[in-house]
Amino acid sequence: MKPAPALADGFPDLSGMQIAREPHWFRWLSAALIILVLAAIARAFAAGQIEWSYVGRFLTAKVILEGIVNTMVMAVLAMALGIVLGIVVAIMRLSPNPVLKTVAAGYTWLFRGTPLILQLLLWFNLALVFPTIGIPGLWSARAVDVMTPFLAALLGLGINQGAYTSEVMRAGMLSVDIGQYEAAQAIGMGRLRALRRIVLPQAMRVVIPPLGNEFIGMVKATSLASVIQYPELLHNAENIYYANSRVIELLIVAGLWYLLVVSILTPLQMLLERRFARGTLRLAR
Amino acid sequence: MTKPLVAIRSVSKSFGEFQALKKVSLDVWPGEVMCLIGASGSGKTTLLRCINQLATIDAGGIWLEGELLGVREQGGRLRRLTEREIGRQRLKTGMVFQRFNLFPHKTALENITEGPTQVQGRKADEVRAEALDLLRRVGLAAKADSYPAQLSGGQQQRVAIARALAMKPMLMLFDEPTSALDPELVGEVLAVMKELARSGMTMMVVTHELGFAREVADRVVYMDQGAIVEQGRASDVLGAPREERTRAFLSAVI
Repeated sequence: MKPAPALADGFPDLSGMQIAREPHWFRWLSAALIILVLAAIARAFAAGQIEWSYVGRFLTAKVILEGIVNTMVMAVLAMALGIVLGIVVAIMRLSPNPVLKTVAAGYTWLFRGTPLILQLLLWFNLALVFPTIGIPGLWSARAVDVMTPFLAALLGLGINQGAYTSEVMRAGMLSVDIGQYEAAQAIGMGRLRALRRIVLPQAMRVVIPPLGNEFIGMVKATSLASVIQYPELLHNAENIYYANSRVIELLIVAGLWYLLVVSILTPLQMLLERRFARGTLRLAR
Repeated sequence: MTKPLVAIRSVSKSFGEFQALKKVSLDVWPGEVMCLIGASGSGKTTLLRCINQLATIDAGGIWLEGELLGVREQGGRLRRLTEREIGRQRLKTGMVFQRFNLFPHKTALENITEGPTQVQGRKADEVRAEALDLLRRVGLAAKADSYPAQLSGGQQQRVAIARALAMKPMLMLFDEPTSALDPELVGEVLAVMKELARSGMTMMVVTHELGFAREVADRVVYMDQGAIVEQGRASDVLGAPREERTRAFLSAVI
């Protein structure tokens, strides 16, 4: 065999040359087309029968602002209830105890299996089934007084959310390596402590994106509570247009507010994700 | 006469149809370093996992310091202990896993302090000082605030050893502690284990590192198909095996 030469000839030195930018004709063309279509839609709406001044006026009306506050209060509380229920049910579902497992599966089956609006109506009309509720001998009250629109919406939305969240949490807990349970057991931890200290914090990293999704869904799902007289955003917008007949204008007002809230939530989710990403190489560097 | 630290008597364990352990009996003496060798599926890892109760045995008994593990005799029957009691028994053994299993969301230091503070309920500053000592002992004092993902495999395994030692166990169990490591990282982990052996710790080591076994082990146990085939001094079992199966295994690994 020949001894290896230093470097073969015939391969020019390219180190001083740059790669030319491509013109990307198609990108320019498609962007122009899309702008054209959007402009046409905007023109149609501007020329349509919409009194834009009403949109501007009602965007910051007191009733609308109260509505958005009620919407957010309900979304946060119902989501909190949903997450607590979801964690408990997910732990039950993964427990070795067949009774707990079955109860958890039954809960998820029942509340995922029926429409949310139906559940809200059932909670709100609970007084038709049980005129008085309470603990025999200790305390009782008329169900109509207890089951306010607020409570009915909270129970309806929160318990329904718990059924979905439990599956999200279960997926998160299953994503944690079995070796983590074993390592936790090996340093003497019981099942619940291992879940709380070791498994759930790691599961959180996985479940935050889907939970963010669920929360955005919840913000909008609160609008269903308008059917049980809970004074959230859509309900208040409807009340205004019942009076002044500016239906589309007020629906646009409500829509803008929902969009704004959801737009604020997205960066908040990013912050939360970063918080729970401790120890992953990508962010720890 | 001293008593064995671990007494294993007629222990059997099956996973479905597969019999992982077949009536295994063995004593481990205080201060002894025992290496368990054998092909995968021979039952050596299962035996280790039965001792710290990550696996439950089907029959037989294991005594640690004279205390029966996992069950208690009551009116002529065996009753399973509660999770809390099993947790208390586990504190006597430290386990080092093949795949380290460090908690990725905690720093090296937090990995070590987690057990003593959360499970044993000891004071945080006292535990922290001990943990830093342990990190120094495994040569990682500078890595206290690093997350596992920022450490090499060898460093992670050394933290895992420190985590197990932090519980002050009387018996250390090593389940193929160097099998998941790149070859150039094996030495640093074995060095820590050698130091630990010299300090008088009782150790059971499942390993394929025959050099380590030859140098450190007081006794080598060769297992095959869920049973102990041959055991004795390292120089005897590894140097002049009596059993045909041991000879076949050794010639296959070397």
